[in-house]
Amino acid sequence: MKTKAFKAALPYTLPICVGFLFLGMSYGFLMRSKGFSFIYPMFMSMLIFAGSMEFVTVELLLSTFNPLHAFILTLMVNARHLFYGISMLEKYKNTGWKKPYLIFGMCDESFTINCAVTPPDDVDKGWFMLFVTLLNQIYWVTGATMGALLGYVIHFDTTGIEFVMTALFVVMFINQWEEARDHRPALVGLGCSLLCLAVFGSQNFIIPAMALIILCFSVTKRRRDKEALS
Amino acid sequence: MTVTQSVVTILVVVLGTMVTRFLPFFIFPEGKKPPSYITYLGSVLPYAVIGLLVVYCLKDAAGGGNFAIPEIISILFIVILHKWKKNTLLSIGAGTVLYMFLVQVCF
Repeated sequence: MKTKAFKAALPYTLPICVGFLFLGMSYGFLMRSKGFSFIYPMFMSMLIFAGSMEFVTVELLLSTFNPLHAFILTLMVNARHLFYGISMLEKYKNTGWKKPYLIFGMCDESFTINCAVTPPDDVDKGWFMLFVTLLNQIYWVTGATMGALLGYVIHFDTTGIEFVMTALFVVMFINQWEEARDHRPALVGLGCSLLCLAVFGSQNFIIPAMALIILCFSVTKRRRDKEALS
Repeated sequence: MTVTQSVVTILVVVLGTMVTRFLPFFIFPEGKKPPSYITYLGSVLPYAVIGLLVVYCLKDAAGGGNFAIPEIISILFIVILHKWKKNTLLSIGAGTVLYMFLVQVCF
């Protein structure tokens, strides 16, 4: 049963493997270039297992200690998981002891596969989803650790390497832009953030920006409900 | 930041992440339907958060010494390359290399 589920899950994770090894390695290498031991990216990739947030955490570790800010920022950056969870309530039902791990490892990529792929009838659904999640996590932790270890042997001027995070988000922004029919949510995010950056400055803009984004969406939601009624 | 402070920061991030992942399964146990406001937020928030993260990455660029010119050039390059080749890893890799070249050699 397990082998069958593993064989069904593996092909779906191979594209993720390439991406995770590459991104994980740049993340590990970035952490090493900022002076962290490979232990940091290894455990962070294992325990946090949320790519964008791990990049943001590098930034947090390099600024002044402020756990409350770190906590709120994490909630904001990872708020999308709440909605992944809502979509997976049904699918993760009846998976027994595997359920806590499936929820723990629900990164964007594992969610996408588990949400979109229905394994063949003769494959156990719980084991299939477990292997998808586990394989993806193995790729990510391996990438991050290898990247950091590589940082010990390869030496070159790494000034500007932190731009990999900006590049990642810009590309994610374009991908989302192209798959969305309605561009207003993306523009709301960009617009509110720029406005709050201008008003509150680079140190304090994140929380007001997030509040403003939620406020904008509450208004549009109410307007949509009214339109639906009339 | 001391080692203890780093560990605390990481644990706080782990805790925050786990809250976002486990909360729905606690609030909506089997069979309970989430309110429409939450599902609506779920459909729009992912798009907005990426916009926020782009701005977050660039927050200190304008205040730097070179008027964010390397950032602007690199982002334009990423947008054009990505529209053309549609290869996520290529766009990220080439964009980062270009940025590193610009800040190390040109500025």
